[in-house]
Formats: sequence, C-alpha cells, structure tokens
Amino acid sequence: MKTQTASTRFARNPWVHRREKLIEAVLFLAAFSAVAITLAIVVILFYESLAFFEHVSIFEFLTSTQWSPLFENPQYGILPLVAGTLVTSAVALLVAIPLGSIIAIYLSEFAPHKVREVVKPFLELLASVPTVVYGYFALLVVTPLLQTLMPDLPGFNMLGPGIVIGIMIVPYVSSLSEDAMRAVPMSLREGSYAMGATRFQTAVRVVTPAAISGIIAAYILGMSRAIGETMVVAIAAGQQPNFTFDPTEAAATITAYIVQVALGDLPHGSIGYQSIFAAGLVLFLMTLAFNVLGHMVRTRYRELY
Amino acid sequence: MPDNLSASHKAASIRSRIRRLKFNDYVFSLVGLVCMMLGVVTLLALFTDLLLDGMERLNYEFFTSFPSRRAEHAGILSAWVGTMLVMLVTALVAVPMGVAAAIYLEEYAPSNLLTAIIEINVSNLAGVPSIIYGLLALGLFVYQLGLGQSILTAGLTLGLLILPIVIVATRESLRTIPREIREAAYALGATRWQMIYDHVLPYSRGGILTGVIIGMSRAIGETAPIITIGALTFIAFLPPPPFTPEAPYVSFEWLFAPFTVLPIQMFNWVSRPEEAFLINAAATGVVIIVMTLAMNALAIFLRYRIRKNIKW
Repeated sequence: MKTQTASTRFARNPWVHRREKLIEAVLFLAAFSAVAITLAIVVILFYESLAFFEHVSIFEFLTSTQWSPLFENPQYGILPLVAGTLVTSAVALLVAIPLGSIIAIYLSEFAPHKVREVVKPFLELLASVPTVVYGYFALLVVTPLLQTLMPDLPGFNMLGPGIVIGIMIVPYVSSLSEDAMRAVPMSLREGSYAMGATRFQTAVRVVTPAAISGIIAAYILGMSRAIGETMVVAIAAGQQPNFTFDPTEAAATITAYIVQVALGDLPHGSIGYQSIFAAGLVLFLMTLAFNVLGHMVRTRYRELY
Repeated sequence: MPDNLSASHKAASIRSRIRRLKFNDYVFSLVGLVCMMLGVVTLLALFTDLLLDGMERLNYEFFTSFPSRRAEHAGILSAWVGTMLVMLVTALVAVPMGVAAAIYLEEYAPSNLLTAIIEINVSNLAGVPSIIYGLLALGLFVYQLGLGQSILTAGLTLGLLILPIVIVATRESLRTIPREIREAAYALGATRWQMIYDHVLPYSRGGILTGVIIGMSRAIGETAPIITIGALTFIAFLPPPPFTPEAPYVSFEWLFAPFTVLPIQMFNWVSRPEEAFLINAAATGVVIIVMTLAMNALAIFLRYRIRKNIKW
C-alpha cells in the first residue's frame, strides 16, 4: 500500500507548474505587444515612405516650398505643411502655457481643498470632449467671434483652430505642471514662509524654480499634443497647403493633409497614397522628438530632494 | 527725537509693504480662479451652443433614420449602430490585452533591459498622435492583412489606440493592493497566478473599470484614425445582424461590413456648406458629447467611491 506523506502532497506539481509558465508566457506576449505596435508603426511608415522616395528626391521633399501632390504638375515640398503645423501649435501654446501655468500654480499653491476637488474633474472633462466637436466650435463659434474683432479674417484661418487647440491642451499642461509642483517638498515652502515670504512669492520664487524641469516638460509634451491634433485643423483651418507664418491665413497642417487625401479615396499604391505615409513619417518623427525631449528634461534635470 | 521717528516711519513702510504683498496674493488667487473658470465656462459654452444649434433635430426620427441628401430627413441610425459595434470590438481587443500586459509588468516582469524597453514603448505609444494609428491601420490591417475598411479594422485600430490608457490605469490599480494580501495568499500555498486571479484582480477591478471607461470614452470620439482607414461617410444601411434565425444562430459577417460612426457623420455634416446640415452636425455633436461626458462622469464617480471606501 502506498502511503501519501505530506511531503509528496506538497511536492511541486508539474502540471500546475506548466500552467503557471504558460500563463506567464501569454501575459508576456500581451506586454510585448507594446513593442510590436511601435515596430509595426515604424516599419509601415518607412516601407511606404521608401516607395514614395523612389519617385521624389529627399532633397526636394525637405526644401521645396510647394506641396501639391494631387495636381497636374505635382510638387512635393513638405515645408508648407510643417509651417502650418508649427503655426497652429505655436498659437495653441501661446494660449495653453499662460492659462495652464496659472491654473497649475493656483491648484497646487492657492486653491482650497474643496475648490480643487470640484473643479479638477471639470478640467478633465474639458480634455475628454471629442476633437471633432472642438472643430465645430472653432469653425462656427471662435472664428466668427474673432471676425468681429478682426473683420478681415477669412472663414478658414489658423488663429481660431490654434486657440481652440490651446484650450484643449490646457488641462494636459496644467495637470502635468501641477504634478511637478506638488512633488516639491513641503520643507522648501515652509522655509520660504519662515523667511516672511507670502504665498505668491513662495509660489513664484521657490516652488516654480524647484519644479521647473517638470513644468518645461509639460510645455514640451503639450506641444507634441498640439502637433498631432487633427480634426480641429482639418475642419477649421482650410485644407490648402500655404507656405506662411501668418496665423490669420488659411493653411493645411500635416494632419489635415492626411485627412484630405484619405477622404479622396486614392488608389492603393499611387504616389498620392504613398505621400500621406511620408507626411505621417515626418509627423511621427516630430512628435517623437518632442516626446523624447520632454521625457529627458523631466528625468535629467529633475532636482532630487 | 529723530531716531524714534524714523523707526516708526520704517515700521509703517514695512507694514504697507506687507499689505501690498498680501494684496498680490489676493489678486493672484482671483486670477487663478478666473482662469480655471474660463475652462469650465468654455465647456458650458460649447455644450450650450451645440444644444441650441442642434435642438430642433434631436427627436425620435433623428435616431431612427439613415443619412440622406435632404438634411431634414437625415438621421444617425447607421452611425450610432456603427459606433456601438466598433466599441464592442475595441473593448474586446483593448481590455484583455491591456489588463494582461499590466499584470505582466506589475506582477511578473523582472527588472531588466527588456522590461525597460517595454515600459518605454508603452509610455511612448501614449504620445503617438491618433492619426498615426490610422496610417498603421491603413497600411497593415486594410492592405497587408486584407481586412478592408470594416468594423473589424476600426475596432482593432481604436483598441490599439487606447491600449496604453488601459495598461497605465490597470497598473496603477494593481499597485494599490498592499503586499500583505499577496503574502497571505502565498502563505496559504497559492501559486502566483492563483494569487493574482483570486485576490489581486478582484480587489482592483474598480480601478481597472475606471481606466477602461476612460479609454472607451476616448475611443468613442476618435475621428482621425477612422477617416484615415478610408471609412465611407455615406452609409444608408445597417451591418448584417449578429444573430440569425437559422443555425448556427450567430454570424460574424458584421465584422467585415462597411460602417460609419458618430464622429465621422458629424465631420461629414460639418464640412458641408448648407446651413441645414450644420444643424444635423450640432445634433450629432450633442449625442457624442453626452455619451463621452456620461462615461467620464461615471469614471470620476467610480474613482471617488473607490478612494472613499477602501481603507487597507
């Protein structure tokens, strides 16, 4: 008769062990998909762009100031689209940086607990409104409002969408900056108060410099958001590529161009089809550069307490 | 006594200086409040404006009619059905993958180079513009894999798009479970997976749900990636139903059907010059905004309740 001792009952069960290993492998695959998706994005963008650059020289792509791939006599200079993207993003930052910074300072240093608890969710809601709705808002509310101030403003322009994108990324900038400011230790504030400084002095001269790396990172990441924003500019900025740095003119951004081509049902493999991947590659590299820069500023220049 | 006089003079000047500085404090907190209110007011203005513009079209017919050339008869039936089906696929993609990835990163991952690479990729994916996901889907799903401009493609695309949101939210939620719970499970002889499945996951499900809802509310309003895959904007029919009267009773044909979704329908109407279609656009905007705000409000409420109830 075989007796079962406690030690055999508690011995490692090979089936259970195998099941555990299998589950771990499945979970790993799910986590690794993040790497796979990034790789897929890079491969697809490069693959289609390479086909594009067989027809168009990279030199022309980067230096020509005309972008008209869908015309009779096509020109492939990305500069007008990059200019449009930078102008709308710059307008957006001019709105988002002051507003976002003031809100962050207020929330982190001034606001009573109750106010913060009530108003912060509203700010989050501001960030969750779909962008197509913001596009409607830019075209039919903000631009007409601006036209009463500036009668010469055309119906499609970069100013209105820029302002709306700015409002859109305010919650993003303010919450990242606020996180950075709240990470500043209390002892610094108490030291400042002990020297007789007021709240405002403490906030501006002690807390803000101490959190500056996080705050700058918030601006940079906000910029990256603004660059990638699509629907607002596609609806309200006009879709004509226009090499200008004047925000009161209509112009297309990289994203707006991609939308325009995608709506036009171009045949797969045509040069117009490939051009949106080349434009997308530029956009991807721009946002990647800003994301990496933001990340570096935040971790490299962080003051550790 | 000139000394005494100058001392009292000094005290007065210091006092006025302090008063001035305190006044600055007061001014700034007013400015801060006004800036914050600006955000709230914008939100309200946006919603009120949409509601006023779209009010007259928000009736029963609007939800039960197909889009049409005549604005008064156009509706959003195919759009809201499309949105529901796409969201279903999105959830089926993003939730299992996101939760599994988060469990791996929180509970299993050794701290080595590979894990670091995965983590960098997750945070980088969160910053990739949504239209880039559209290009990925156009190149990969639509043409390389031959899935076409279908509900399946759209669902997969949006699923990948919200994957980082689900991963981050799930990780945060898993992190709040104290070590003692895990150690107690191990002490009773549970394996790692038993510990996770029977204890960690059930305790963190509120936080996971919050993250999933936020991710879905983001997906519901996404327009750019779906336009990029080339989804048609004029769809006057419904996808085939998922249930059939004959055996095998379920059909997956709807996965491969062409579709439209609410934000695309709104974009389509906004870009028309006729005034009447702008009313339709506003009405659609109200529907989208109500959906996303409701989902976000639910998420905020859930988060608030979790924070209030759980005291480890």
